[in-house]
Amino acid sequence: MDDQPEPRRYGRGLFLITVAGGLSSLAWGKAAWSHVSGVVSPIAGSIAPILPTQGWRIYTVSDHMPSFDPATWQLRVGGLVQQPATLSYTKLRALPRVEQISTFHCVTGWTVPNVHWAGVRLNDVFDLVRPLPEASALQFVSAENPYVDYLSMQQALLKDVLLAYEMDGKPLPREHGAPLRLVIPDMYGYKNVKWLSEINLVPHPEYGYWEQLGYDRDAWVGRSNGYSS
Amino acid sequence: MIRYIPRFSRTERTLHWVNALCFLFLLTTGLILYLPSLSVAVGRRPLIKDMHFWGGISWVSLLVIIALLGDRRGLLRDARELERFDRGRLNVGQKINALLTAAFTILFLASGLLLWLGERDTRFRFASTVVLHDGLMFAALALFVGHLYLAVIHPATRHSLRGMTRGSVREDWARVHYPEWVRRSS
Repeated sequence: MDDQPEPRRYGRGLFLITVAGGLSSLAWGKAAWSHVSGVVSPIAGSIAPILPTQGWRIYTVSDHMPSFDPATWQLRVGGLVQQPATLSYTKLRALPRVEQISTFHCVTGWTVPNVHWAGVRLNDVFDLVRPLPEASALQFVSAENPYVDYLSMQQALLKDVLLAYEMDGKPLPREHGAPLRLVIPDMYGYKNVKWLSEINLVPHPEYGYWEQLGYDRDAWVGRSNGYSS
Repeated sequence: MIRYIPRFSRTERTLHWVNALCFLFLLTTGLILYLPSLSVAVGRRPLIKDMHFWGGISWVSLLVIIALLGDRRGLLRDARELERFDRGRLNVGQKINALLTAAFTILFLASGLLLWLGERDTRFRFASTVVLHDGLMFAALALFVGHLYLAVIHPATRHSLRGMTRGSVREDWARVHYPEWVRRSS
């Protein structure tokens, strides 16, 4: 009789369990991650802030990120308006300031909860330029050529839509669109145009950068781009 | 006179080093895409994205080509060797490392392809794909750091690197670290 016990055969099992566990996480990974990263409950051991990314990823479509010089930066607001305007950074900061805390959702699946934004509402910009009655949409042009996106007037006037110049208590960092980005928490990040350089009032919304590549024009969180909540 | 005994075949070593180089290339390009500070410093995201995607495709393709053109019988023997959690040519830790690395390769490929396809067609878009791809990166990085420490730094084990570079190791060293293997192969 052989006194050597048969070695335990675990190899295939470990390999298959790892592959199966990984593939099945496509169904539960985001929910599990939301729990540990503090998206669901900010108090329950949030680990997102200790990640090197703090939950953010930086997506750009061109080779170089626009840089910001407060002395020369301008936001042009035009199109179907009575009084086109060009706002310097100082003039922008002189507009009524509002703050909000909202959650940022990216269409690729990551979420950053409770981002503290400060900026101006579109209505306060409209007071300066006075849109014409036929203006029923807005074109947001980024300094990151050729990034552009659109919102209908109705979407642009949603409660939490903001032109943000501060994030988490600091001037908007370069990688987040300095000095000014659009924030529309009800829609995925690709509608939240960074490095805003121009806002034009237009007769109707058209297809933005990602929408020309197949993304949904109305990018409602949880009910667009193949997601249903 | 120092005696050396063969440890890893040419096919095994080629697979190992191609895998290592591709992993480092994908880790570098992946971290540039993943870490905001590196994204800002490097820029050129469209180019880095292409390099990362085609790097991943090349990584898996090269592994398949080397396996098909190399010592296939030897690789099948390796697979059987990994199946048994006993001490032989490899210890249990090394076997777990190899099995997890192989499983991670499949998961990296699947999640990477889904990220790429999801950008083009919403039928391939899952909210958890990015969680899986990032989680794999952290897990693979942890394995890699542990592996690197044992293979390059830890005095008692770093001689094993010779097995992966020249293909052979000192017999007296192997007798201490892998007595069952030396006994069986002599």
